[in-house]
Amino acid sequence: MWTFIHKWGSPKWFYSMSGKLQPWFWTVSLLLIAVGTLWGLAFAPADYQQGNSFRIIYVHVPAAFLAQSIFVSMAAAALVFMVWKIKIADMAATVMAPLGAVMTFVALFSGAVWGVPTWGTWWMWDARLTSMLILLFLFLGVIALRSAFTSRDSGSRAASVLAMVGVINIPIIKYSVDWWFTLHQPATFRVTSSPSMPTEMWLPLLIMVLGFYCFFIALTLMRTRSEILRREANKRWVMDLMKEAH
Amino acid sequence: MSLCLEARQLACERDGRWLFEGLDLTVRSGEILRIEGPNGSGKTTLLKILAGQLGEYEGELYWNSTPLRKAREQFLANLLYLGHSPGVKAGLSPLENLAWYQALNGDKGSEEQRLEALAKVGLNGFEDVVAGQLSAGQQRRVALARLTLTRRALWVLDEPFTAIDRQGVTALEAQLAAHVQAGGCVLLTTHHALAVTSTVRCVQLG
Amino acid sequence: MSLQRTKAAPAVVIVEAPAQGSLWIAFKATLERDLTLMLRRRGELLNPLVFFALVVTLFPIGISPDPDMLALIAPGLLWVAALLAALLSLDSLFRTDYDDGSLEQLLLAPQPLAILSLAKVVAHWLFTGLPLALMAPLLGIMLALPAGSYAILSLSLAIGSASLSLIGAIGAALTVGIARGGVLLSLLILPLYIPVLIFGVGAVQAALLGEGVAAHLAMLGALLAASLLLAPWAIAASLRISING
Repeated sequence: MWTFIHKWGSPKWFYSMSGKLQPWFWTVSLLLIAVGTLWGLAFAPADYQQGNSFRIIYVHVPAAFLAQSIFVSMAAAALVFMVWKIKIADMAATVMAPLGAVMTFVALFSGAVWGVPTWGTWWMWDARLTSMLILLFLFLGVIALRSAFTSRDSGSRAASVLAMVGVINIPIIKYSVDWWFTLHQPATFRVTSSPSMPTEMWLPLLIMVLGFYCFFIALTLMRTRSEILRREANKRWVMDLMKEAH
Repeated sequence: MSLCLEARQLACERDGRWLFEGLDLTVRSGEILRIEGPNGSGKTTLLKILAGQLGEYEGELYWNSTPLRKAREQFLANLLYLGHSPGVKAGLSPLENLAWYQALNGDKGSEEQRLEALAKVGLNGFEDVVAGQLSAGQQRRVALARLTLTRRALWVLDEPFTAIDRQGVTALEAQLAAHVQAGGCVLLTTHHALAVTSTVRCVQLG
Repeated sequence: MSLQRTKAAPAVVIVEAPAQGSLWIAFKATLERDLTLMLRRRGELLNPLVFFALVVTLFPIGISPDPDMLALIAPGLLWVAALLAALLSLDSLFRTDYDDGSLEQLLLAPQPLAILSLAKVVAHWLFTGLPLALMAPLLGIMLALPAGSYAILSLSLAIGSASLSLIGAIGAALTVGIARGGVLLSLLILPLYIPVLIFGVGAVQAALLGEGVAAHLAMLGALLAASLLLAPWAIAASLRISING
């Protein structure tokens, strides 16, 4: 177990392993997203109430799921970095923050677009959208704090503490916002309970969610690799790598 | 009773740059250890690590042959650290400043002790003046009064001679010598040529 | 004027650990020190209160002086304004200690840093959160807040602002090493204030509707208990990061 962690903690080893894993994740994610999109947009039945506009769910829900998962995984990486001082974890947390912010924005934007046919307005202070908006602010805070420090090491540690404080607060914020929003609808889709949607509607959704997750893993691997090169630019193995490439 | 602070293969990396690597040093009772090096060579960082303030280092530190990470509380109870900034609150009088420092160690102390310590650093008549109205050198002396007030074995001093006049320097040198003679030890950085009779060992950085 | 020679210094003693009961002495001394320092700068002490009153004044001007309308928004408005006033004063919580080097010394005290920083937070709450809570009913009158909710307004603010001080101190500790960290501090901390705001306003609104306020107050109390338990450790960790720039 320990040797495993230390192996993955070595930037060089991570770089070569992630290079091998990366194409698989890209292929699987593109495949899943393509299948999910086609199925969801063309073959899934229209909603009896919302008509075709409900199909935006195939972007909105995966993005919202992913955004929250990214915050949790960022905080987990921060914890690993703070406890075991594994630098690769911090590099991953560094690249996850902007990805999470973009995903949160996608969820908010698709939610707003969905709002036009459903509520007749671009923005409603609906519980889920409000929580998403707060999540966006949390992501922006982590990014801003990291970049505010002149020393990269201190910035990393400060951002890690904030990510951990944030992840403790996310369930509290979600709960309190739900409480505040008395007219809220139950969450669309839970993995644990049986969905209220018909199978032909939620199956493509599940495929899309999985596709988004694979996409996130692939993108994180790719961006962590460039972060490794950036931070270890003066290390021997990176220099050798660059020589080979030329 | 003797004391010993030891660093084995100490290394510190900041933002991808090694400040120092593979540093071994030991300081025992009755010794003055002076850390030398050009600006930016990591003297202050090394002092902060040795004072237990900075935890981001590689290698191991030992306090009386126990790893420092395990004996932290005991180590801190024997440490007196004076940094670049004197740590004197401008809004409090020298007496109140010293009282807080005593209490921070869990010792209520007495007014007489504090008055005596202030007299020793030549601050008679300034005991109740708000420290913000004192000069930089006088504020420095308030901080130095802690050396007599709080009896600690290990002194870690970062540029202790800054902003002090010539007489003050002589007196501080005498105090350092007396401290090591009494079995204490001193770790310090300074650009000033130390005129101390006891042995001063040097560690060169950079 | 000279430093006198130390004559025949007594042998140096090596202590095993800080004496028993020393934590309480250190906690009390730190609390008293901060309170004394705040009392010596009374002007700064009044700033959050004046800010609170000013923000509340802006709303009748900006929205409408109609008492019915004001009564409707008063609970939320008072809470938001008090929250911002508390936030405003947080930036200086560790700033002066950081600048004059006493924060460094606080870190090196042979006492748990979490407990000592808690003393500073308590001082902050005593001189910001509590006065804001006591002043809120006065501004409530100006906003035509209906009778029957004044006590709950003060109580909810008193409990809530303690959580605000604790959570905010994490942000203050994280940004103390950054030259102009004030705006960043609000960016980091405001999202974390939302649960406290929701239950605080909820309590006042429930009181206005004649419903039970116990649930809201219990939630505020739970938030306070959780922050009391967790925030000091986060503050201590953040201070250790900030001290190294």
